[in-house]
Amino acid sequence: MQTDLKKNYLAPGHNACPGCGVAIGVRLILRAAGEKVVVVSPTGCLETFTSPYGASAWEVPWVHPLFENAPAVASGIEAALKYKGDYETHVIVIGGDGATFDIGFGALSGMVERGHDILYICYDNEAYMNTGIQRSGATPYGATTNTTPRGKFSRGETRPKKDLLEIMRAHNLRYVASATIAYPQDLARKVKKGLAIDGPAYIHLITPCNLGWGINPEETVELSRLIVKTGLFPLVEYEDGELTSVHKLKNALPVEEYLKKQKRFAHLFEEENAQMIAEIQKMADQNIKKYNLAG
Amino acid sequence: MNPEAIKSKEIMQGSAAIAETIKAIAPGVIAVYPITPQTHILEHLARLVADGQLKSKYITVESEFSAASVIFGAASAGVRSYTASASQGLLLMTEVIFNMAGTRLPAVITAVNRSLSPPINIQVDHQDTMTLRDSGIIQIYVESIQEAVDTHIQIFKIAEDREVLLPAMVCMDGWILSHAYEPVTLWRDEAVQEFLPPFDPVFQVDPKNPLTYGALTDDDKITEFKYMVHDALIRSKEKIKKVAGEFRDAFGNYYGDVIEKTYTEDAELILIAMGSMAGTIKAALEKLRAQGKRVGLIKIRSFRPFPDQELRTALAGAKAAVVLDRSFSCSSGGILGGEIKACLYGQGGPQVINYALGIGGREIYPETVLEIVNQSERLVESGKIPPETIFYNLNRELL
Repeated sequence: MQTDLKKNYLAPGHNACPGCGVAIGVRLILRAAGEKVVVVSPTGCLETFTSPYGASAWEVPWVHPLFENAPAVASGIEAALKYKGDYETHVIVIGGDGATFDIGFGALSGMVERGHDILYICYDNEAYMNTGIQRSGATPYGATTNTTPRGKFSRGETRPKKDLLEIMRAHNLRYVASATIAYPQDLARKVKKGLAIDGPAYIHLITPCNLGWGINPEETVELSRLIVKTGLFPLVEYEDGELTSVHKLKNALPVEEYLKKQKRFAHLFEEENAQMIAEIQKMADQNIKKYNLAG
Repeated sequence: MNPEAIKSKEIMQGSAAIAETIKAIAPGVIAVYPITPQTHILEHLARLVADGQLKSKYITVESEFSAASVIFGAASAGVRSYTASASQGLLLMTEVIFNMAGTRLPAVITAVNRSLSPPINIQVDHQDTMTLRDSGIIQIYVESIQEAVDTHIQIFKIAEDREVLLPAMVCMDGWILSHAYEPVTLWRDEAVQEFLPPFDPVFQVDPKNPLTYGALTDDDKITEFKYMVHDALIRSKEKIKKVAGEFRDAFGNYYGDVIEKTYTEDAELILIAMGSMAGTIKAALEKLRAQGKRVGLIKIRSFRPFPDQELRTALAGAKAAVVLDRSFSCSSGGILGGEIKACLYGQGGPQVINYALGIGGREIYPETVLEIVNQSERLVESGKIPPETIFYNLNRELL
C-alpha cells in the first residue's frame, strides 16, 4: 500500500473546532489508507465540518448518506465495486459514536455479519457532539452531558459505556483494534492492517472533544494519551479472534489524572462523589487485569 | 406483440414473472429483505443467483432500511441496482428514498402494495406507496402482471436517463398481482438488453475522480437543489411517454403513457383509478356501455410525476370525475381525489366525486363499480356532490 506522507487527503481549511480530535484522527487515517479508497461517513461532526457545498475538504471520494445507514451504503458500494471487478479500491466507513453505538448499530452489525470487505472506524468522542453534547451509548459512567446534567438528583451518566469492541469481537471479525490519536504510528499501522485483511475490520478510535469534554484545544492529544495510560482505554488488537498486541503500561496512572482535566467529570471531585471515582478506578483496574497491561 | 422478442408464454405467478424480468434486466446489485407479499420475488431471485443464471451481487440485509441503503450505495458506485418491498418495509425505507431522490440516484424498487399497520393486515391498498409521494421517486402503478413485467423494463430506462436520474418504483397490487397466476409473456434477455442499454452514470464514486456526495448546504442553495428534483420529476413525464412508445415499437405492448383512457371520448362520467382495480372497472364498463351509459375510465399509470395537464385535457368534456382512492390522508381524505381536485381547480372541467375503498384488501367487484356509478349519477343529478371523501360501504356499526 502506498503512503504519501506529504499528501493531505483531508484538506486544510475545514470547519472543525481548534484541536478537534476527529480532524486529527481522520487526517492520520487517510494518510495511512492512501488514494485507492472510498470513504462513507454518516451524519455527524465529521460530515458537518468537512462538507460545506463547494468547499469539501475531501481529496478522496466521499459519500455522506444519512445518520444511520453508512454501513449499508458502504455495503452497496463494496458490492458494486466487486461487481465491476474492482478489488483494489478499499471502502472505509468513518462514523461517530452516535452513528456507531446507537442509531446505526443495526446496520453496522449487518455489514460485518455479512462479511463485506470494509474497514469501519468509529471515532468516539463519547457523546452527540454535533448536536451540542448529548449522551450516547458511548458516554462513560459519571460524565455530564446536556442530557445527563449534574443536578440535585443527578450526578451525570449512570451507566458504563457499551463495550463495542467486545460486541464487534462477538461478530467474529478477522480484525478488531483500538487506537487513539496520541499514538499516530500505532493508528496508521492498524488502519493498514484493517485494510489489508479480506473482510470486515473494526477500529475503535478515541477522539477527545474540547467542547464536550471541557478541555483546552491544546490538550486533545494529552487526553488521548491519558485515557490509555490510566487503563481506561487499552490499546489492543485482535486478529482472527486472538489477542495479538496490547500497549503495556508499566505503571498505570490513577484515573484522577485523566478525570481531573475534564469539566464533564468536575463534579466527581466533590466529596460526596468520591465513590464514583472509585468505581471508575475499578473499571480501569479490570481492563488492566483483563489485558494483562501491567505484565 | 413482437414474436421475435418472446422468450416464453406461460401461466405464471406475478412474483415469478417479475423475478424473471429482473434477471433479463440484470442489475449488478440486488438487496433483499423479506416482507409479505413481496417475498416470492426475492426467493425466486435467490434461486436464479444460486443456479448461476443471474450474476448480480445478491445481498441479504438486516432491514428494509438497509436494503434501500445498499442500492443507494451501489447506484452511487455507478451500478444498476434493485430491491423489492411492501407496506411497513417501504415506510422504513422512506428516509433513504428521499435521500436517493435528492442525491439523484436511479435505483429501482418493486413496491408490492399492501396496507399499513395498525391493525396489522397483509392485504392490498395503496397507503404504503402513496405515503412516499413527496419524496421525488417516480411511481408507476400497473393493472396486470404483464403490465408489471413490461413496466419494469421501461422504468429502468426512464430512471437511468441522464435527464432524469431519479429513483423509481413499480407499484403492483399485493396478492392480486404478486400472487395471482396469469398468462404472461416473458421477453428474451437479448431483446430486453437491446431495449435497455447499460447504466451509464454521469458521476460515480471513483478514486480517480474524487467527488463529494451528500454535502452540507445552507438556505442560500437548498431551495434550488430541491427544485431540481421537482423539475427532474416533472421532466421525466416526457421520458415516460417516450419510453412507452419505444416499448410498443420493440415489443408490441402498450398501456398508455402517463395515463390510459378507456371510453373517455364521449363519457359524461369518468372514473379515475390506479392499479389492478382498473381491470375490474373495465369489466364493469362493458356492462355499462351495453346499457348505453356514457361512462369511461382514466387509469393513472404515472402518479409521480403527476399527470396534471393530461388529466385536465382528458377530463375536459366530462360532467363528473369519480376518483376511486385506495388510500387516504387522515382528516383530508382520498389522496388521489385531493390531487385531482387541486389540478382541476379554477381550470373549468368536471366536478369531482371521491371515494375511498378497497382498504386492506376489501374486495372491489365489478358490482362495486356499478353501484358507485349509480350513486355518482344520482349525486350529479341532485347537484349535491359532497366536498369530502365518501368512504364506500363504511360499516358504521363498528365505529
